[in-house]
Amino acid sequence: MIAYFKEILVGFWSLLAGMAVTIRYFTKPIVTVQYPREKIAMSPKYRGYPQLVIDPETQTHRCIACEMCSRTCPSQLITVEGAKFPGEKQKRATRYIHEHYYCSLCGLCTEVCPTSALEYSQEYRLAGFSREDAVIDHLLLLQQRQKAAGLPVTPVPTDADIAAAAAAEAAAKEAKAKAAAAAKKPAEGSEVKE
Amino acid sequence: MEMLASYLGTEVARMVVGLIGVIALVSVNALFLIWMERKVSAHIMLRPGPMEVGWHGSVQTICDAVKLMAKELITPEEVDRPVYYLAPVVVFLPVLLTFLVIPFSQSLIIKDLNVGIVLILAFSTLTVLAILMAGWSSNNKYSVFGAIRSVAQNIAYEIPLLVTVMSILLMVGSFKLSDIVAAQGRYWFILVQPLAFILYIICATAETNRTPFDLPEAESELVAGFHTEYSGMRFALFFLAEYTNMFIVSAVATVLFLGGWRGPILPGVVWFLLKVYALIFLIMWFRWTFPRVRFDQLVTFAWKILIPLSFANLLITAFLMKLF
Repeated sequence: MIAYFKEILVGFWSLLAGMAVTIRYFTKPIVTVQYPREKIAMSPKYRGYPQLVIDPETQTHRCIACEMCSRTCPSQLITVEGAKFPGEKQKRATRYIHEHYYCSLCGLCTEVCPTSALEYSQEYRLAGFSREDAVIDHLLLLQQRQKAAGLPVTPVPTDADIAAAAAAEAAAKEAKAKAAAAAKKPAEGSEVKE
Repeated sequence: MEMLASYLGTEVARMVVGLIGVIALVSVNALFLIWMERKVSAHIMLRPGPMEVGWHGSVQTICDAVKLMAKELITPEEVDRPVYYLAPVVVFLPVLLTFLVIPFSQSLIIKDLNVGIVLILAFSTLTVLAILMAGWSSNNKYSVFGAIRSVAQNIAYEIPLLVTVMSILLMVGSFKLSDIVAAQGRYWFILVQPLAFILYIICATAETNRTPFDLPEAESELVAGFHTEYSGMRFALFFLAEYTNMFIVSAVATVLFLGGWRGPILPGVVWFLLKVYALIFLIMWFRWTFPRVRFDQLVTFAWKILIPLSFANLLITAFLMKLF
């Protein structure tokens, strides 16, 4: 008889305990995000698609178009073109295309970059209407991000610029070669003179 | 409603106006309760629930109702047609009739019958008949299972329900709902009959076929139970009846245990509705807390615990009534 009532009381108490849990949750704040209207900030470690780092000193990218990333990419989805502009020591990227629909987010490109020019973005909204929406032009993206951050925008070199740079480069090379040849020639004969 | 009835001064006008009011109340109540159910369930799961249509999704259920009305009424080939067509009507009519005797306030009652509580209990049992008709005529094994469970469950909870109500009636000495409320002038009966209140709420949950006793429509095992084969407005009638039944059992609980329309400052109707919706919240709270019981668990619980306790409660009440 006592066991019977004890069972009822214990059972009833367990029911009340369950109801206490649900009412506690009922009064807690909502955790759901009303997505298109509300967005959550991603953690700094979030791995979105790779993007070019904005160098805090030069306020532009650090890409030297060495093509290490495009060579190491297992999906072969990175296209980098670069040119050497007059007055600059190193090459500079003129085109950086990332076909994100093939990307497996392995991060090898960011690992391999000798100038640490790549980082992971915080972007998680990757939906698009066509396949081409997932093709990221990094130099254009950089311009957008510079605009958003209020920094001076790095111009994307046009074909004419590249041609001019190439011509200037060729001319410089030729001049250098000539100079070297000129330096060589007299060097042979002048040894005697001087 | 009250003023118009006294102006016309006839019983017929009172009935007609009352029925129109009841139909309006039934539909608005169902729309509100579905919204409330979704909100309560959502907040218990830390979700916001419907948010898009109207303020906090308040118009959502109206859109759902319109969608249901626009849906095609599909009748499966081999159903028992007359019974199949009749079942949604049978489930809905007693629900409407029950509202005749519910006292919303001192004067806001369509017909204060002297067998009020008996009428409510008699008509609310008809729901089981409608469920049996729907399940049996659907020619679907899941529907039949739902119907069988509903009937067997009915025997299990109806006895403790009636016995529990009887212990209240013993204290009042009248079947009239307004008399029961009048008898709670000094204190609510929940204070002297807490066990009866708990037993009544458990039985009421079973009566309205709600979790943890929603065996007839157990959606995770029987598709949708007895209304699997119903679509469109026919399904909506079952749905409407379920939510209106919730209102009715809560209204009866309010009358029996919570002093009906009594309360300070606010008018009686407001107090009545506040108490009813508080009880409905309690029943919804059950739904999102307790898992569904197995069938043998339900029957064991009813016969071994509910019935002995309700009889003990009745005997003690009778003894104390004789004593004082």
